[in-house]
Amino acid sequence: MKKIGVVRFLGTNCDRDIWQAVEAKGYEPQWLWYENEFESSDYDAVIIPGGFSYGDYLRCGAMASKTPVMKSVVEFANSGKPVLGICNGFQVLCEVGLLPGALVRNHSGQFIDKWVVLKVENSCSHWGENVETCRLPIAHGEGCYHISEHDYKNIKDAGQVWLTYEDNPNGSVADVAGVMNAGKNVAGLMPHPERALFEWMGGQDGFNFF
Amino acid sequence: MKIGVKILPREEVLDSSGRTVTKTLQSNSFKVSDCRVGKYLEIEVDAKNEAEAKEQVQKMAEFVLYNPLTENYQLEVL
Repeated sequence: MKKIGVVRFLGTNCDRDIWQAVEAKGYEPQWLWYENEFESSDYDAVIIPGGFSYGDYLRCGAMASKTPVMKSVVEFANSGKPVLGICNGFQVLCEVGLLPGALVRNHSGQFIDKWVVLKVENSCSHWGENVETCRLPIAHGEGCYHISEHDYKNIKDAGQVWLTYEDNPNGSVADVAGVMNAGKNVAGLMPHPERALFEWMGGQDGFNFF
Repeated sequence: MKIGVKILPREEVLDSSGRTVTKTLQSNSFKVSDCRVGKYLEIEVDAKNEAEAKEQVQKMAEFVLYNPLTENYQLEVL
């Protein structure tokens, strides 16, 4: 059975949802506490859930990116194994340098909580299925993806843009909702696939992200 | 020794807080053309002199205090 490490910082709040999603897929979840490092060989994949690690103090994801668990996540990712960051997890992956760009406050200045339609620009072999569009909920105050024009051209040409919003809710550069690293084994997205597993949750497009 | 770290969003980054403050000031008759909102940190360090103190805080700034993609920073001796 696939073993999935689920990272927990102080302030992570989507951890139980990820646990349920991983179990629903028939995989075995295990907590990865932020104060501890871990052995790459013990896990098949790592997920960094959403929330407000370190209270979003300083910058969202900044201090979480300097923890012992992230040292191991970087080694894990560099060994080619799959890592997924959702919402705050995406912000942490950008801060630690595994993903390009940064997330800043929404264009509107407001926290946005709604369902959005996403276009799959380049499919990610580890996370998500090969579909053209999907519908997932977003819930964030700092989800505006920022990247320099030069770097955006690079990731676009390299096929690292994973997901884009059909109707840009937060001012992200080029409607970007999710990106991958150059090796395509590390991916991050602002929407919450774990909140869209079954029809009774309002949609099931998130089920195949795990 | 105390060092101040001034962090501001880069010009090309949309500063939602700055824009909101600008609008509030303008709608209350203040003549404001722009406002940027950042943060200010005061850091107490043990150092022999100003240069050494600044060097230490510069390392901290580059380690975690600011994100070069979205922010600029300046140091000052307090």
